[in-house]
Amino acid sequence: MKELVILGGGTAGTMVANKLVRRLNRHGWRVTVVDRDNRHVYQPGLLFVPFGDAEPARLVRPRVQQLDRGVRFISGGIERVNTEESTVSLDWGLALPYDQLVIATGTSPRPSEVPGMDGPLWQESVFDFYTLDGATALRDRLATFEEGRLVVHVTDLPIKCPVAPLEFTFLVDAWLRHRGLRDRVELVYVTPLPGAFTKPVASERLGHLLEERGILVEPDFLVEHVDNDARMLVSYDEREVPFDLLVTVPLNMGADFVARSGLGDELNHVPVDRHTFLAKGYDDIFAIGDANDIPTSKAGSVAHFSVDVFVDNFLDHIAGRPMTRSFDGHANCFVESGDGKAMLIDFNYDVEPLPGSFPVPGIGPLRLLEETHTNHLGKKAFEWVYWHVLLPGHPIPLPAHLSMAGKHRVPAGSPPSEKQEA
Amino acid sequence: MTVTTIADRSIHVDAEGFLTEYDEWDEELADTLAAQIGIELTDEHRALLRYLRVDFADQGETATLRRVSAQTGTPVKRLFELFPAKPAKKMAYVAGLPKPRGCV
Repeated sequence: MKELVILGGGTAGTMVANKLVRRLNRHGWRVTVVDRDNRHVYQPGLLFVPFGDAEPARLVRPRVQQLDRGVRFISGGIERVNTEESTVSLDWGLALPYDQLVIATGTSPRPSEVPGMDGPLWQESVFDFYTLDGATALRDRLATFEEGRLVVHVTDLPIKCPVAPLEFTFLVDAWLRHRGLRDRVELVYVTPLPGAFTKPVASERLGHLLEERGILVEPDFLVEHVDNDARMLVSYDEREVPFDLLVTVPLNMGADFVARSGLGDELNHVPVDRHTFLAKGYDDIFAIGDANDIPTSKAGSVAHFSVDVFVDNFLDHIAGRPMTRSFDGHANCFVESGDGKAMLIDFNYDVEPLPGSFPVPGIGPLRLLEETHTNHLGKKAFEWVYWHVLLPGHPIPLPAHLSMAGKHRVPAGSPPSEKQEA
Repeated sequence: MTVTTIADRSIHVDAEGFLTEYDEWDEELADTLAAQIGIELTDEHRALLRYLRVDFADQGETATLRRVSAQTGTPVKRLFELFPAKPAKKMAYVAGLPKPRGCV
């Protein structure tokens, strides 16, 4: 019996296990998933928790329930991967041997990495919304927030779901407007990037969204510490951004065992071949989903498209054949823009988000880089698809690779009437 | 994308003047690019630029300041002294790489 061990039972790990178990069992492989707990969180739902639009408890389901019956689930914290012996040590003493290892332990917010961020103001005036805890605490704080300076802040890249901070900003703007409080709140978006939008076509088409809503942007801001007494963010170049309520995205880092095992970069993400996810320097370790260092978004859609490519490659790999499929960095993300509307973006390593229709060229029904109510309904409907189609590994009629069909190449600066169909 | 002439050479740049062709850069060009934003390159600057170039070739993205700092052992504060005001953007510009970017 050969052993495939998958570390992490989140989006990527669950899909890998479910898709591979059916194709591996008959070839004498056992598939094991290891996770420290049995709580699978629907992470896209966290964005809606602070506004009371998602019930925290309803976003969680048992990990085991999402796994095929042929998959073995072992619960335990991961101490380290012993690459020399090809084993994984768990915190309760088990040494789990592997023939092939898939690291799918994701990335997580680490407020303690910025001095003062998890200080006395943490979950009092400083919140994150990428955890159930954080999103719920923020919901309770927002319920009594009536005036002042609300700062939405990104510590540094990469972060998972990189559009979520912008979505949060749009949603909180709309939420304040609906409660008649918007005039009493100054809303500021603070980013380490040169702007809220950095890709040419997206900036051109979406830049107005912030200005129209009176959202101030503080670009190129790299936070050095959070001053709890003065209630402000302080950057390395000594700029100060005061806040009454800070909604921050802490530094994102991969799991600590990755560092302990000598498998990570400075943020504990595993360096991999960006087309096959094979860990650099190994032929029996892959890293997939948010856990790796590929230069595209850390997002569920990327995990999904990655897994489609990975599964075929993996079967070739264990049969001693070269891996012939190549991942292109495809990502597809809904972007909530408030007032029951959303945008959709579709891009990869080489193609920036472009306008057009999706998934059927010329028809849609979803619109790329454009605010529509249908896009918002698409985002909301995705929760059902996630639990019932995506995680079980059923086919979804979306190609793993980006398609240019239905997209428009827009020369920057051209008026809408001159846009050409690609 | 447009073609401009820097130091008597034709160079492809984007709307903000960042090089778009990795191979059109060399250390001599870096001196000219640096001078355009008021920086005179020292060996300390050049070591950082070399790291950025190698890392980009390997990763496909321009390194963040945190990554540059961690990988080269240069404190972030020092990066702000060497490339004042907007070090991430300035380092990318002088190294002939795309400016740091997000997904939209």
